[in-house]
Amino acid sequence: MSENQRTIEIEVLRYHPEKDKVPYQQVFQVPFTDDMSVLQGVQYIKDYLDGSLSFRWSCRMAICGSCGMMINGEPSLSCETFLRDYYPARVRVEALAHFPIERDLVINMEGFIEKLESIQPYIIPKEKRTLEQGEYLQTPEQLNAYEQFSSCINCMLCYAACPQFGLNPEFIGPGAMALLHRYNVDSRDGGKAERMELVASEEGVFHCTAVGYCSEVCPKHVDPANAVNQNKTNAAADYFLRFLAPKGGAK
Amino acid sequence: MKRTLKRSNAPIFWALFGAGGMLSALLGPMLVLITGIAVPLGLLLPADTMSYANMLAFSQNVIGKGFILAIIALFLWHAAHRIFHSLHDIGIHAGIGAKLLCYGGAMLGTLFAAYSLLAIGF
Amino acid sequence: MNKRRPYVRPMDGWWRRNPFFVEYMIHEGTALFVAAYAGILLNGLLHLSRGEAAWNVWLEGLKNPLYIAFHVLALVAISYHTYTWFKIMPRTMPPVIVGGKRLPDGAITGGGLAVAAAASLVLLLAVWGMAR
Repeated sequence: MSENQRTIEIEVLRYHPEKDKVPYQQVFQVPFTDDMSVLQGVQYIKDYLDGSLSFRWSCRMAICGSCGMMINGEPSLSCETFLRDYYPARVRVEALAHFPIERDLVINMEGFIEKLESIQPYIIPKEKRTLEQGEYLQTPEQLNAYEQFSSCINCMLCYAACPQFGLNPEFIGPGAMALLHRYNVDSRDGGKAERMELVASEEGVFHCTAVGYCSEVCPKHVDPANAVNQNKTNAAADYFLRFLAPKGGAK
Repeated sequence: MKRTLKRSNAPIFWALFGAGGMLSALLGPMLVLITGIAVPLGLLLPADTMSYANMLAFSQNVIGKGFILAIIALFLWHAAHRIFHSLHDIGIHAGIGAKLLCYGGAMLGTLFAAYSLLAIGF
Repeated sequence: MNKRRPYVRPMDGWWRRNPFFVEYMIHEGTALFVAAYAGILLNGLLHLSRGEAAWNVWLEGLKNPLYIAFHVLALVAISYHTYTWFKIMPRTMPPVIVGGKRLPDGAITGGGLAVAAAASLVLLLAVWGMAR
């Protein structure tokens, strides 16, 4: 291992609320091997160079969505981004953009959690079924309609990619909309009309200006931009047709 | 606990933006090429393509009127919406002022176009 | 005492931070050309409504090299708008299912550009036909 070992510079944006007025850059010399991710580089810093460095991580395999960071300015999961791809240049690591920094690479995600709750991210049954009636059946086509949007791991990279969220933190944002859409287009769900109030509101979809970067950075190919923009059409239809449709109509 | 949500009026402006965006994407380049380059330079098209007689006849036709109004008005609403958002994007949150300037300009342009088309007659 | 003091980073100059955002600002900027071109057409329409002499003044004005230069720039800008409009289209429209399979992004963008090319050709032929 040691013969393949090289040393890379990792520049980290540090911020300790007890003593720092503003964040500052700190550069670490980190020995690394070809198989090491940026997350492992940051872990090396914490274990051997500066134990006070704070960051979130868990699964190390792009499933848990905890280790999102700005890596050279791009929202990335640090566990699936490799140091070898940056060497010999310096790699810049920063907390996810557009979120308040709690400490070092840890962001404050309270706003996101509230948004996630507000979209009612669960199936609101179209028809209540008793146990005797059996399970809800779904065809492969019906599964296809929402499967992509159900792949979201709540990593918030899309929020760090969305300038409109950065400019207006109240914007419901790409990730939450992708999940809202996931339930709306589920054949078992009947909550579309209920969720429309949020979609069509001033915090809803119309902050989006179709930048599209959210879908570029999504590690699970959820395409949140598509969810947001399809719901612009839905909200516009609701806006113009609300006088025609009977009260409570889903359209 | 639920926040009180206010319905956004954005669909009106968004729909006009989308219609104008689609129209300018489909026909914008060719229109610019015809009216701004080919006709003034005498290329590609007959010399009298945009003669007074031709344009008067076109603008007196109902379909012609509709086409002219759609092009001018929707191009303006499309551009107004984009420019309004771009102002916000670059940090000019002029709010009501920027809104009036952008959408008011588009509204004024639409009214002028409609007025001219009526003045030209049928 | 609560030691939490979340730091909110400024958004100043965000569009310069990433090539993706620079491109976004450029394609949003094409709206300036769309607006200016609509303004020129509107001015022409106002002249048309005031009679032949006024119309000819406007028509002659188009031959001014500055106007020609503007229209060449506008042609480039609005063509770029066309390209970006259809490039973002797969993200903005509902999925198109053909034969049980989702139409790929490239097919939607390519289809849109093909429709734009066809519409432009029809427009050119229609103008040519009416002028003859």
